[in-house]
Amino acid sequence: MAPDGPRAQQRTAWLGLLLVALLCGTVLSFAAAIRRWGPLPLASVQGRMIDHVIGTWLAIAAVFFVAAQFFLALPLLRGGRRGDQAFIPPALTRMPGIAAVTTVAVLLVADGMVLAMSEAAWFRLYSAPPAGALQIDVRGRQFTWVFRYPGPDGRLGRTDPRLISPSNPFGRDPADPTGADDIVTVNDLHLPVGRPATFRISALDVIHGFNIPSFRLKQDAVPGRLVTVWATPDRVGTYEIACAQLCGIGHYTMRGTVTVESPRAFAKWMASQAAARDAGRHRVASVPVAERAAGTPGAR
Amino acid sequence: MNERGCHRLGVAAHHLIADTAGTETFLRRYIFSLDHKVIGIQYLVTALFMALVGGALAMLMRAHLAWPQSGALDPAQYLAAVTMHGTIMVLFFLTLLPSAFGNFLVPLMIGARDMAFPVVNMLSYWTLVPAILTILASFFVPGGPAGGGWTAYPPLSALPQASPGSGVGQTLWIVAVAFLCLSSLLGSLNIITTVLALRVPGMSMGRLPLTVWGLFFTAIMALLVFPVLLAAGLMLLLDRVAGTSFFEPSHLLVAGQVLPHQGGNVLLFEHLFWFFGHPEVYILIVPPLGIVADILATFTRTPVFGYRPIVLGLGGVTFLSLLVWAHHMYVSGMDPLVGGVFMATTIAISVPFTVVLVCLIATLYQGQGRIRPATPLLWAIGMLSLMTTGGLTGLFLGDGPADIYLHDTYWVVSHFHFTMALAALSGALAGISYWFPKMFGRMMNERLGRLHFVITLPAMYATFIPMFFLGLRGMSRRLYDVSFYHFLSGAQPVDVFISASAFVLGAAQLLFLVNFLWSLAHGPRAGHNPWRATTLEWTAESPPPHGNWAEPPAVYRWPYDYGVPGAVDDYFPQTVPPARAAGKTHA
Repeated sequence: MAPDGPRAQQRTAWLGLLLVALLCGTVLSFAAAIRRWGPLPLASVQGRMIDHVIGTWLAIAAVFFVAAQFFLALPLLRGGRRGDQAFIPPALTRMPGIAAVTTVAVLLVADGMVLAMSEAAWFRLYSAPPAGALQIDVRGRQFTWVFRYPGPDGRLGRTDPRLISPSNPFGRDPADPTGADDIVTVNDLHLPVGRPATFRISALDVIHGFNIPSFRLKQDAVPGRLVTVWATPDRVGTYEIACAQLCGIGHYTMRGTVTVESPRAFAKWMASQAAARDAGRHRVASVPVAERAAGTPGAR
Repeated sequence: MNERGCHRLGVAAHHLIADTAGTETFLRRYIFSLDHKVIGIQYLVTALFMALVGGALAMLMRAHLAWPQSGALDPAQYLAAVTMHGTIMVLFFLTLLPSAFGNFLVPLMIGARDMAFPVVNMLSYWTLVPAILTILASFFVPGGPAGGGWTAYPPLSALPQASPGSGVGQTLWIVAVAFLCLSSLLGSLNIITTVLALRVPGMSMGRLPLTVWGLFFTAIMALLVFPVLLAAGLMLLLDRVAGTSFFEPSHLLVAGQVLPHQGGNVLLFEHLFWFFGHPEVYILIVPPLGIVADILATFTRTPVFGYRPIVLGLGGVTFLSLLVWAHHMYVSGMDPLVGGVFMATTIAISVPFTVVLVCLIATLYQGQGRIRPATPLLWAIGMLSLMTTGGLTGLFLGDGPADIYLHDTYWVVSHFHFTMALAALSGALAGISYWFPKMFGRMMNERLGRLHFVITLPAMYATFIPMFFLGLRGMSRRLYDVSFYHFLSGAQPVDVFISASAFVLGAAQLLFLVNFLWSLAHGPRAGHNPWRATTLEWTAESPPPHGNWAEPPAVYRWPYDYGVPGAVDDYFPQTVPPARAAGKTHA
């Protein structure tokens, strides 16, 4: 009862055309979208490796996508041209095995090559930060990013989780004098251009995702764990931080800014932050969840 | 199990069926049925109903995302919609389809009268019903349903004070999922035992239709991983109600208070969840692959190309699926060495998978010039197109450094929609339209089926391809409103386009619904074998009676003798002996 004859052959050809149309539509729209609205311009040295890996996969995927969709459409486009034979010739019994082994071999080689490249990149991304990197403590909390800089002494003060409280989100140990000059900011990260910055990341309540798309940097902020990642910003400008792990109803508001500036501007900013802290105008945001989430769409 | 044991099991099942036939109450026959066909249809109808609920939630989400200022959903409701859409579609729709097809088809395709354990089979469905009722009830409790994502990561999902969506609704979510795990375990036990023990003489494993191989491998995966989900759920439940700290470390600061938990590990949940979660997605795609293989053979009138490579490929996918889970956790703080191991296994699993797809496409080549574009074939081909797209985009996510950028963005959302929502669904639609005549004794309407396909496939691409652009841009998942971010200011027009396509996609499914329901009542009556297919279910009546056949069939050949010289028609069913084949006509 399955359809047969010239009508059916025509329909089969139309199906092939549909697949080709979808293939073309996908490729063209991808090309247009990437050109006009692709990933943000890169602003970190390490991000280059990630862009390279993604670019490689895009090239591979594009080739395989076009080939696979086209080869899927081809037997349909050819519709009834070969004529409707009652019987197929006896199948060459070794063909499936050959096809399978060939597929496996090609994939293993191609995948192996990309894997080696990616693994090397991954090791470099997570390598030890260079000496002299700027250490910054990062904490995610519903729904803000809190940062702690070392002060003029260049060292972050000691912390102890047993000291964590609403007014002391880092658990800073007041007995440690090196912490007295630390600077805490909310949603506001400043970095000197060209200097590696080390982020020591954790969260206070639920899992958050510390994510700077312009740096191609992303690291889950996990309560009870401290994970260190580092990057070297290499372009002056202002970039955004966007939480990359669902953390509650204010997840969409968890935005921060990264200002990459000259070392002198950075020093000036640090000084002004220290002055504000000393003048007592600093206070770690502990805006209640309900208040934060009531921020209407479009509000900053 | 030896032949004698198989025989005993089969006889026992036979008696169970025979004793009850004709003396059943309505309750026994249609509600608490022991007949695998009724149970399969119960699963199918339940799944389709839940698809409607999940689909409605998707339409709500898309309406909000296109016009976020409209105030249709507040942030808590939006996250509830996101969570319940994902939960219902993955766990309560797609996960039921292997049970639907498995229950209906496996005994028929191997020549058995019923499953190995008919009572356990009935219980597997009726353990599902409390799960369905609980998850639906969670919409109506104070605080609303769960809102922590279908992944339900603690501490968010463990702490009611962390989110409105972590209230009673989250507890009910865990209870529903626990019942689902039990139901799935009972079902997969049955399928594995039935395939191993109840094959009729002549039906060796090497003569099983690929549909059965797919369902068999799937049952193995399900048996191994659903217990892990159950464990994770129970631990989360205890954290929520019994004060344990499986997943909460000490000194959590939530809503202005330091919480008393101690010693828990947040990432433990992720490991447990994804140890289940990754095989789960293969549970959803492997049956459709088997189904598509059989449908391609029937409608190209040629044998499946590469039967053995496909079986080995599906087996390879099954085995490797247990070794890849941590690719969901690449940015959780993973050492690159460990990450590299998972990267290797993740990329490796694409190899047997690709072998399967290559063989399926090659089947089309083998059959070119003989292709019959009936609705099941349209969906089979759609599935291959969608799976190609979905699979290729998964490679990006399996790669550690690439995933650092793409993790938790819309690239992920699009990838899993292509593979699950689109490819697996297409395989299921292929299967439903193919076996509808066998299930209900009537044919679905071809014209309506064609129209449904022709609108749906482009709408699928139009809805989900643009999401890859959003992902490449860096747009996070589960965002209530993107206007907070300068770098996403170009997203709104894309969101509007996606939503418009999604509305077309959603509306087009009404064509399927109308076709399904109308054909149940008014479709033309189907004979034994409307598609002229070779497998055993087509030798039974449409629909088959209790016990499936008066006499169980005997099997003499593999399921793909299509286009074979010597046949009067162009095929030999599996029941035709080789010696007496010449000159024989087939019904």
